[in-house]
Amino acid sequence: MAESNTPTLISLQSVTKQYGCETVVSNVSLNVQAGECVVLVGHNGAGKTTLMKLMLGLTRPTSGTVEVLGGNPAFNAAVAQHKILGYLPESVAFYEAMTGREVLTFYARLKNVPPVTCEELLKLVGLDNAASRRVGTYSKGMRQRLGLAQAMLGKPQLLFLDEPTTGLDPSLRHHFYELIDKLHNQGATSLISSHALSEVEARANRFIIMKKGVIVASGSLDELYRQASLPIHFNIAVTPGEASAVAERLGSSVSIGKVNNQSLQLTCFNAEKMPLIHRISELGEVVQDIQITPPRLDEVYNHFMNGDRP
Amino acid sequence: MRILWCLALKELRDGLRNRWIAAAIIVLGTLALALTLLGSAPTGSIRASALDISVISLASLSVYLIPLIALMLSFDALVGEFERGTMMLLLTYPVSRWQVIIGKFIGHTVILFIAILAGYGGSMLIVTLVTGGSLDGWQAYVMMMFSSLILGAIFIALGYLVSVLVKERATAAGAAIGLWLIFVVLYDLLLFGALLVDDKQVIGQQLFSLLMIISPTDAYRILNLSLFEGIGQAAGIAGVASKAGISAVLLFSILLLWVLVPLALTLTKFQRREL
Repeated sequence: MAESNTPTLISLQSVTKQYGCETVVSNVSLNVQAGECVVLVGHNGAGKTTLMKLMLGLTRPTSGTVEVLGGNPAFNAAVAQHKILGYLPESVAFYEAMTGREVLTFYARLKNVPPVTCEELLKLVGLDNAASRRVGTYSKGMRQRLGLAQAMLGKPQLLFLDEPTTGLDPSLRHHFYELIDKLHNQGATSLISSHALSEVEARANRFIIMKKGVIVASGSLDELYRQASLPIHFNIAVTPGEASAVAERLGSSVSIGKVNNQSLQLTCFNAEKMPLIHRISELGEVVQDIQITPPRLDEVYNHFMNGDRP
Repeated sequence: MRILWCLALKELRDGLRNRWIAAAIIVLGTLALALTLLGSAPTGSIRASALDISVISLASLSVYLIPLIALMLSFDALVGEFERGTMMLLLTYPVSRWQVIIGKFIGHTVILFIAILAGYGGSMLIVTLVTGGSLDGWQAYVMMMFSSLILGAIFIALGYLVSVLVKERATAAGAAIGLWLIFVVLYDLLLFGALLVDDKQVIGQQLFSLLMIISPTDAYRILNLSLFEGIGQAAGIAGVASKAGISAVLLFSILLLWVLVPLALTLTKFQRREL
């Protein structure tokens, strides 16, 4: 999936991280190319946050190698690279006694970003009215928005967003993803972690599903559907009284679900889908309507999370 | 340099915001004033100047107070940020770990500098005005202020060391009080206790001098109480230092070492720390 001319920004080679005798990340290898939007999905404790901390150099791997922007993030030399990096930690914490504006200006100075940008960013995340209030008085959503504002300081080229939408209401969530999109259009690369698949489906071009520190699946949405190979549901409406006859004629290769007087439900796998549709259309006038329901995203997610895969 | 300035300025602003600086100035200033104004009476037979007397009383007081203030400023500096989670975010900025330590150190030392300068310096001005404008002995007074600042820097550095070693803020607070007790009270108590029970003179004069000057608080005391002649006579320990061959340079070197070693240890520990 990597094109040869796009540089690899993040590269992990069989990375394992143990805290004491507990393995939090186990033998993870992954690459992120410039311009990608990669989503790490998994339950709490799947190792998403640890993976980000490894990439940010906040912690070091027990074994394996981590390379970000061409260097080991745990080395002091990597600090200079932090200028083009934005990070929104999970449940972000700020200096409570400072006002929103003071916090943002403090971080802006560290990145050598002019203070004017702070006012723009505060407006962008809708905190311009609360900027003179102490962060200690902020709600969860406001903190999260301030967190996003600091992550966007200095137009970062590489964004790490750890569960960015927790605590945001739906309209803010939407607004939030618009901001991320805007950064992406300017060529930014981002790694987002999430505990749900659905809200982010439209944004990412790649998903990495983690479970107990192991990558259980990765790929685009289409690839995940194919890997999961979940059954597709057919709901067929037929002329009254013909349902059982139709079921008998189709029954050889598919599993028949509920059958009543004028409708029947079938399930089949992806490979059998087109032959089945052909056979249904050969039935002629008896079939009045077909509804085809592909597996839902959360079904795909649950498949990977609950399946006993290695 | 810009990063260090940023981090130091933040600590300074915090100090102003939470009235830390104001409180420290008031505490140091009132005590200095009280001690010097009340203590300026019995100057008769030894003919010490008012400021010399001030140096003696203030140095004796500073040994207790300055370490306490410094530790209160610093014990929370690292563990507090670890615990609240602000350190994690800070380190994803273009900030090296040594810059975090040194930036905070500069900020906290400047806070202490302002407090000492305003508190002690202010009371020096008031005393000279009240006693008729004589500035005799100002060198010793300035030396006392300067060495107080170094004493404070030592305990700021020790506070950081505590702060980087422990896992919780409460532990850090306890450990800071422990440090204060050891350096300010217990060390001397044990040393003199040992001297009392030491009938066979196992601890010779050499060893005793060594044990005295390697303690930061004792080095500070000797520096202020016995190096200036007038003060030494008034304090009753004149010549102790010169007899033992202890020079101001040696004492200052020891004090500086007490700043640098804990800072270096803090830095080493912090570099290895995983967040």
